[in-house]
Amino acid sequence: MGKIISIDPITRLEGHGSLRLVYDDEGRFQDVYLQAPDFKGFEKFCEGRAVEELPALTQKICGVCPTAHHIAGVKALDDLFGVAVPPAARAIRELMHNAFIFEDHLLHFFYLGGADLFLGPDEPMMDRNVFGVIKKLGTDAGARIIDIRKQVRQLHATISGSALYPVCGLPGGVSKAISPEEKAQFQVITQKALAFAEWAVGLFHDRVLEGRHYGSLLARPYMKSDTYYMGLVDADGNVSFYDGTLRIIDPKGDVYASFEAADYLSHLAERVVPYSYMKQLYLKQVGWKGLVDGPGSGIYRVGPLARLNVSSGFDTPLAQTEYERMGAALGGWPVHSTFAYHWARLVEILYAAENMVRLSSLEQLTDSAVRNLPEGMGSSGVGVCEAPRGTLFHHYDADRKGLARGVNLLVATQNNAAGIQLSLSEAARAILAHQTEIDDTSLNVLEMVFRAYDPCMACATH
Amino acid sequence: MPKPKVAMYWLAGCGGCEESILDLGVDLLALTDRADIVFWPIAMDAKYRELDPLPDNSIDVVLINGAVRDEAQERMARLLRRKSKTVIAHGICAQAGGVPGLAGFHGRDKILQRAYQEVPSLESGGLPQAETQTDHARLRLPSLRESLVPLDRVIAVDYYLPGCPPPPELVKEALFNALDGELPERGSVLAESVALCRTCPRLASKPDTIHLKRFHRLYEVRWDPDRCFLEQGLICLGPATRGGCGAQCLKANMPCRGCFGPLDNVSDMGARVVAMLATLLDETDPEKLENIAAGVPDPAGLFYRYTLAASIIKRR
Repeated sequence: MGKIISIDPITRLEGHGSLRLVYDDEGRFQDVYLQAPDFKGFEKFCEGRAVEELPALTQKICGVCPTAHHIAGVKALDDLFGVAVPPAARAIRELMHNAFIFEDHLLHFFYLGGADLFLGPDEPMMDRNVFGVIKKLGTDAGARIIDIRKQVRQLHATISGSALYPVCGLPGGVSKAISPEEKAQFQVITQKALAFAEWAVGLFHDRVLEGRHYGSLLARPYMKSDTYYMGLVDADGNVSFYDGTLRIIDPKGDVYASFEAADYLSHLAERVVPYSYMKQLYLKQVGWKGLVDGPGSGIYRVGPLARLNVSSGFDTPLAQTEYERMGAALGGWPVHSTFAYHWARLVEILYAAENMVRLSSLEQLTDSAVRNLPEGMGSSGVGVCEAPRGTLFHHYDADRKGLARGVNLLVATQNNAAGIQLSLSEAARAILAHQTEIDDTSLNVLEMVFRAYDPCMACATH
Repeated sequence: MPKPKVAMYWLAGCGGCEESILDLGVDLLALTDRADIVFWPIAMDAKYRELDPLPDNSIDVVLINGAVRDEAQERMARLLRRKSKTVIAHGICAQAGGVPGLAGFHGRDKILQRAYQEVPSLESGGLPQAETQTDHARLRLPSLRESLVPLDRVIAVDYYLPGCPPPPELVKEALFNALDGELPERGSVLAESVALCRTCPRLASKPDTIHLKRFHRLYEVRWDPDRCFLEQGLICLGPATRGGCGAQCLKANMPCRGCFGPLDNVSDMGARVVAMLATLLDETDPEKLENIAAGVPDPAGLFYRYTLAASIIKRR
């Protein structure tokens, strides 16, 4: 029997995860296994619950991405009840969703992934965290990061009740209208958020792209996987977080499939991995061909880089400019380097901020009609949105009393599960195959590979 | 004098309690001035192996969020207990099981079966295994317990911080009071034992007596954003729930769902809710009572949403 070296737990990660590095009897590296060690059972215990409670219940899957679950859940209810949403409610939901993505991407850029970007893989372990990042960027920058997080979360709380767990979603709308005073506050906050986003993108260019580590990681062959990609696009083919049509592109960048959320079962399938509680998704019609990339393999990826890859860009000017700059710098779309996820996240921070500014100025935002009462109830509903980490599906079946009788959830990180395992295997083979001694820096680089995806293991296991 | 040591960890939680620590904002920086954070996996790179060399009782305060769902979480809970002087159960999952405690309606096998063998998106199902043999090694995966339990069913807990998640102000107070040695009697819940209803912004509109003929589902009616939910026939758990949350849901025009758990000296929250609601009903005719019940089609799931794992009703 060989031996196992563990990275346990993977840190600066939402949820629990471990990496097991397997060596043979002669001490040669063989492979790496990503394990999600825990499980909750939401798909079972949501059965029997009143369907109107599900957006508030299913969001408890994850305290980092709850708003995405709330949005996907309430859209599943809109579908289940066959009810349209008034313009004000649509604007309110979308503003909340964009505020959430803005804040969540910032969480990764500074708090979770930050140490991988602003510091390097060889920094001492106890400095690799947000405090180390703030030390590096200066206390003024730190104060600015903390302040904008607070303000944008306050906006989220004003709309939804809580900075964290929204409760405002109802089938056919939202529970609370926005007052003119609140709208005025939102306009101030969203302008600040936009200024912050521009500053953060500048920081990325000056301190990360120009730095000594990022560029070299970006270019390493093991960081590149030629996979399919999936994301929501609007009618013009632009990135859309709240709603749209699902688009899958092949590794060359050609559109492979376009479909509506209700058809998700025709396109996506999942498989159980015996050593982990995280299931892996793949393209059903291409099929599971093992941990390989290329057009013959059903592995696809989601999240910021995937959204930029599948779309033709953004309908806001600053994000579009940055999107073009990124594409030009990395040899054109689609971009396959996993480390480019970080840059894509920054482009989306700009988009979320521009979108928040737009939404908070809409005349209909303060309309008092924020809810249509459903006239009936169907037996099934599917909701989809783009969570920060990728596409999220909620599928609820209901009985005649309006109790859930079947719940199926395909969560962002599950879409990426196979891609993450592929990246880790390729990186570990490249880094560890010729090493006899394993050092902290090599292990940290493996975590950086994993972390580029900003995975959420709490979501992935639900 | 060396700084006191603090640790934060999550078991079967969602990460929301971790966010409630990040939301301390500038107070988080103040905390690092006062204390060394020795272990906090969501934000810092210390691994499990860094915990082992720490002497017993060398961590001054540990905040543990999440309930206990599997054997690995149980081991971590015991390890952190041994290493720490004060253990604070952080959030309603650690305190009473939280939403994942609803798995108690089904038990371990059923929840696994649904996710890994039944859902319609599966092409090939099969349960995750406690041991998987690869070419060169055996991979172990923690096994689930039959039921999820609150933290104090596994280790002694010194204090409870309620909420889903607890507001950052309560987290801050608990942490800094612990560092100052100013916590109340051991076993206390670190929030006032006053019903949310008493602090509700709509309290003035609550009549002394409410006589209801029926309850409404949330999708059936519109409601007045300034009047008591119960008086409008909508279930609100405010009278049976501990306050301290800032009435956040009520301010978003939604009724309370009980995330702060029960008041002091109430062992079974659901039973308390039933008793509270019974006093509101103006009906004795069994047929009409049945109509009333139709407006509450899932009473157990609603009344025990956050506390099933700590309740006295039959569960798995």
